[in-house]
Amino acid sequence: MAEVEGIYLDNNATTMVDPAIVQEMLPYFTEQFGNPSSMHNFGNKVGLAVKKARKQVQDLLGAEFDSEIIFTSCGTESDSTAILSALKAQPERKEIITTVVEHPAILSLCEYLEKEGYKIHKLHVDEKGRLDLEEYEELLDEKVAIVSVMWANNETGTIFPVEKMAEMANAKGVMFHTDAVQAVGKIPIDLKNSKIDMLSLSGHKLHAPKGIGVLYLRRGVRFRPLLRGGHQERGRRAGTENAASIVALGKATELAGEHMPFENTTVKAMRDRLEQGILAAVPNCFVTGDTENRLPNTANIAFEYIEGEAILMLLNKMGIAASSGSACTSGSLEPSHVMRAMGIPYTAAHGTIRFSFSRYNTMEEVEKVIEAVPPIVAKLRKLSPYWGENGPVAEPEKAFAPVYA
Amino acid sequence: MMPVYLDNNATTPLDARVLEAMLPWLQGAHGNASSVHQAGRYARAALDTARQQVAELVNAHPSQVIFTSGGTEANNMIIKGTAAYYSAGTVAVSAIEHASVLTAADSLKRWGWQVQSLTVDADGIVCRPLALAADARLVSVMMANNETGVLQPVTEIAEQVRQLGALMHTDASQAAGKMPVDFRASGAHFMTLSAHKFYGPQGIGAVIMDKAQELQPLLHGGGQEKGLRGGTENIAAIVGFGCAAALAKAELVERTAHCQQLRQALEAQLQQISGVQILAETAPRLANTVMMTVQGFRGETVLMGLDRKGIAASSGSACHSEHVEPSHVLLAMGITPDAALSAIRISLGKQNTVADVDQLVAALTQLIAGVPQVALAS
Ligand SMILES: Cc1ncc(COP(=O)(O)O)c(C=O)c1O
Ligand SMILES: Cc1ncc(COP(=O)(O)O)c(C=O)c1O
Repeated sequence: MAEVEGIYLDNNATTMVDPAIVQEMLPYFTEQFGNPSSMHNFGNKVGLAVKKARKQVQDLLGAEFDSEIIFTSCGTESDSTAILSALKAQPERKEIITTVVEHPAILSLCEYLEKEGYKIHKLHVDEKGRLDLEEYEELLDEKVAIVSVMWANNETGTIFPVEKMAEMANAKGVMFHTDAVQAVGKIPIDLKNSKIDMLSLSGHKLHAPKGIGVLYLRRGVRFRPLLRGGHQERGRRAGTENAASIVALGKATELAGEHMPFENTTVKAMRDRLEQGILAAVPNCFVTGDTENRLPNTANIAFEYIEGEAILMLLNKMGIAASSGSACTSGSLEPSHVMRAMGIPYTAAHGTIRFSFSRYNTMEEVEKVIEAVPPIVAKLRKLSPYWGENGPVAEPEKAFAPVYA
Repeated sequence: MMPVYLDNNATTPLDARVLEAMLPWLQGAHGNASSVHQAGRYARAALDTARQQVAELVNAHPSQVIFTSGGTEANNMIIKGTAAYYSAGTVAVSAIEHASVLTAADSLKRWGWQVQSLTVDADGIVCRPLALAADARLVSVMMANNETGVLQPVTEIAEQVRQLGALMHTDASQAAGKMPVDFRASGAHFMTLSAHKFYGPQGIGAVIMDKAQELQPLLHGGGQEKGLRGGTENIAAIVGFGCAAALAKAELVERTAHCQQLRQALEAQLQQISGVQILAETAPRLANTVMMTVQGFRGETVLMGLDRKGIAASSGSACHSEHVEPSHVLLAMGITPDAALSAIRISLGKQNTVADVDQLVAALTQLIAGVPQVALAS
């Protein structure tokens, strides 16, 4: 029932749990079920496993101390915890700097905080999704409680210069958080040699299960917990430790570290081949985002004059899973906030498809997708009011103009 | 000798059937429930089934179930999330609540709230009628206490709370799966559940809520759980939660009878050991929980002795075990700090046997009789 055959190119939404990781988890479901906060031997063994996992995560992030790793329930929780902590710890600071292209985990929190009276500065991006560091520099001052900038964008894979931005924030005495949910495991991270104060990651983006995440909290950074109660995670995150998932995340980070070169060579080559193959075969399409500076696994292609949802549906029929925009917003037909922020014309923004790879994809799959896409696009364009015999109509904006009788 | 696990109120072993239900979601079906493609649709359907199963366990409607990462998150969300809709007033919590309720309530103080602690009697039952502050907005009384197992008259309390126009929350983390729980009949507006207390996985729980009430999300995000709880749905754990709930409902009578029987055997033998006193012995309790004091001993010392013999028990709430402080629950019942420090909690589970109980009694008897008290009392 649950087994879904096919080509899975939606790894930025969620990834398959690595079979080796499932194996690693199993004992913690069955034999080693103690509560790690308990005094007895059952709990103690689990406690040791949690400690090992913390070390594994520390290694992948290049954190200086393992105590800087706080296990949470997901990326969203880590994001909320980071921002709300900064606000509570520095009540005199009422401003936040973030970007227009963050994940809803940050943006909807900021929307709520704006209603509560906080001032939210959203840095703009250019047509390639890049930030303007001068705009940023001007906003940095003692009124700002925290800067939260994603390391890599989930839709386009575009990488932001967060290490540099953290240094700039640090120089002005402002806390810096990065949502690295998409970056961790795909590109090298070395937190001990950075000025990043807090970082969020989520297990299910790197072949661990859903429902486990991490907030990295640099030693010495002032902190207020979001989940209060027991003394777990040194009082920084209450709730019985989700031992099996923590162990899984530890293993996942270890494997991600081992596969980092593979990700940046083989996986990248698959991504590049897909783009090149599709661009060569399909007229009027282009890659969005900063192609010079991207995650190795992400391709976001805008197919002009057609609907991304329709493309997805037809791909889906052929057993190919991709996504249009972020999974969370794909229920709506609005072009994604990321595409709008980059000023992608609406005739193209509606037709963006994200293909996101993992180390489980193969070049064979890539070739199948390259074959599948052009006929789908051609078929949909035949139905498109924006598309004529051999190309776009002269004035596509008028093609849909309602006629009143 | 096989290890004996008697700490089921801290966490329970995952039921093999629950694991089986979860495994397909860990091995392969990797759909994000919010995605449109096929894998996502399977995930959505599995989510709906689990929501139904959890709802049925506590007689709620599926739409009233909001999945969270556990009981702690649910408690934090309910207390902070209801307070957000009111001007500051009083939040009243029983003196024996779990730390996640107590600390969440305390955190409201910075917004100008008062925290009222509701007293309990010598059996650990909340005193009624509640002497509620006039500006009480929210009252939180758990359904069953995690340390003593003592059941609280939630329905009666909810009635009083509703008459005053306040909101009622009950933390049913320990009750669900161990006794009949009926959200509708309870009169509570909000209820907390945690799966790992009844053979489900850790890291998943729920808020059950009356939809006519407002609740501010604790985690803002991508619109999951109808916008009330952001974060990609933890599908394997949710499926496990649903399965555990369905099993608990189907096997409730059997499980309760089994624990009841074991507990009777255990308590009969404990009464033979001098210095052992069972707390709230005659009060209505969860069938699986025995809280006792062991005169002249420190709880941790006894626990360590038991642990060396392969027996896992607890000195109270697992979350407190890094700190050796007398339990706030026992102190609230009027037990002296010294006696409270000698407390041992035995919490039985469906997997325990008469042999486990006998092993515990033998070990305890030996520990208490065999070791000079000075050594243990240090
Ligand atoms: C009464 C009670 N409420 C809440 C919790 C917390 O639940 P969780 O461990 O799922 O966060 C527990 C157990 O630790 C509990 O016993
Ligand atoms: C950039 C980014 N941040 C945060 C999240 C949220 O992570 P989670 O689903 O673990 O809460 C996601 C994924 O959904 C993401 O892509």
